[in-house]
Amino acid sequence: MAIFLTADSKVVVQGMTGSEGMKHTTRMLASGTQIVGGVNPRKAGEQVDFPGDVTIPVFGSVADAMAATGADVSVVFVPPAFTKAAVIEAVDAGMPLIVIITEGVPVADTAEFFAYAQSKGTRLIGPNCPGLITPGQSNVGITPATITGPGRIGLVSKSGTLTYQMLFELRDLGFSTAVGIGGDPIVGTTHIDCLEAFENDPDTAAIVMIGEIGGDAEERAAAYIKEHVTKPVVGYVAGFEAPEGKTMGHAGAIVSGSAGTAQAKKEALEAAGVKVGKTPSETARLMREILTAS
Amino acid sequence: MDIKGHTVHRVMIAAGAQIAEEYYFSVLLDRAERRYLAMCSVEGGMEIEQLAVERPDALARVAVDPLVGIDAAKAAEIVAVANFPEDLRGPVADVIQKLWTVYAEEDATLVEVNPLVRTEDGSIVALDGKVTLDENAGFRHADHEALEDKAAADPLEAKAKALDLNYVKLDGAVGIIGNGAGLVMSTLDVVAYAGEQFGGVKPANFLDIGGGASAAVMANGLDVILNDPQVKSVFVNVFGGITSCIEVANGIVGALETLGDEASKPLVVRLDGNAVEEGRAILAAANHPLVTIVETMDGAAAKAAELAAAAA
Repeated sequence: MAIFLTADSKVVVQGMTGSEGMKHTTRMLASGTQIVGGVNPRKAGEQVDFPGDVTIPVFGSVADAMAATGADVSVVFVPPAFTKAAVIEAVDAGMPLIVIITEGVPVADTAEFFAYAQSKGTRLIGPNCPGLITPGQSNVGITPATITGPGRIGLVSKSGTLTYQMLFELRDLGFSTAVGIGGDPIVGTTHIDCLEAFENDPDTAAIVMIGEIGGDAEERAAAYIKEHVTKPVVGYVAGFEAPEGKTMGHAGAIVSGSAGTAQAKKEALEAAGVKVGKTPSETARLMREILTAS
Repeated sequence: MDIKGHTVHRVMIAAGAQIAEEYYFSVLLDRAERRYLAMCSVEGGMEIEQLAVERPDALARVAVDPLVGIDAAKAAEIVAVANFPEDLRGPVADVIQKLWTVYAEEDATLVEVNPLVRTEDGSIVALDGKVTLDENAGFRHADHEALEDKAAADPLEAKAKALDLNYVKLDGAVGIIGNGAGLVMSTLDVVAYAGEQFGGVKPANFLDIGGGASAAVMANGLDVILNDPQVKSVFVNVFGGITSCIEVANGIVGALETLGDEASKPLVVRLDGNAVEEGRAILAAANHPLVTIVETMDGAAAKAAELAAAAA
């Protein structure tokens, strides 16, 4: 069953005809994703060829694409300056799930389109994220599908490369779904949203949660785990050596004062009964022990 | 002029104010609630963190909907919750709306005024303030770049920025190059953890070369790191996701060729992921005397820390 994304998901790509969109649409198709259309008002009606004799139609709007194909997921590859308009268009069309890969979206734009999506009941994932993958079924975003396989581990992470690292280390055990929620200060789907979905997903047996410095999302997730999650959770937190007040790549990864430090997050998770690894590899070992013991 | 270690290059001079009362106002991004938060108090001037802890009731916290902002009604709500006396509510609310305009139009993530004062002659003045701007919004604010204090930056950080590298200087001896902010942050931690066995060896920097590790980017990154006199060894930690390890390995070999004799410190390389066997084979075939290949991240961190400790 997995969470948010299955083999039946029908995906439209906003920004498919751009260079990033073309590259990643090719990769998504290769990993089995049902891509049903692209959106570009200036290229409506065109057909775009992809490797493997696949032809994908381009629609003038998300609404047209949905009407013609029954799409239920949109993935956004448009540049930062146009991301807000693209997301609002998809929300207005009634798209149930919008995955925003674009990096560098102004946080005021995210705050606006998140508030708008929330008022309409639309789920957003991202921005500034690798997307999500249900291995063997569907892959929406930029996760390299070939590094891992299907299984019973659920994964939620702020970081793209740490997601890949974990997918790779545990590739033999495999994953139900891995969600890269993104590292921006405001993200559409949180650790808690994913924990709740994994807890309710019969195909997920255990959960890996990867966090990093900044904000208090991990502390909130720890409190949620204590109250609501019965499945085993293994955690990892990056950023112990990050100096205070400096940004390290992710806009969200800023430490100021004591709140949001890696140490505080680790302690909160451990207090909730989560085993926290000191390194990504140790975290993978902890998960392996749990799954092979049961 | 030097203030707490910060060299001051520019000074703003403003008219003095005859202060009758001090207040506090800020509007900022509320990450947890994914909207904005306005905070306001009739007791400004003092340490606001202390006030928030000791007497939370004295600091009004009012949620701001990003789709509405601080309009007249919201400003009126803020001054009412903050318990301003009736006669001051109008004038203070006016200033709060203006500060919201600054926040929204300049793409700020924080506008904080402390103190906001009432002067002896009854005007409301923002006397001191702090504004944080969103770098992601730089494309719609051409004027923001001029506000950056380039003279204050670390020289290696300035060089890295000119090369378009995402680099932060730290104090340790192991230079770090990796791809992806999360993996690089994790690499710093793993090096410091491994370094505990070698007398407390620490990472020397954060450097994220991003997804496409071309030879040119790798060479630029190595160039910056090898010019850091504190660096005794370098740890290149790359996970080939989209990028295959073949390209990464070619990037490292090419970078070492480009740098020639300038590359003088030992390099520990850990590759994993997409086409890892082929990537490692390329490095093994190049057989560069400075390069050690280690298969795991933890093992490579230990090796880099050991080499740094030996060279110290």
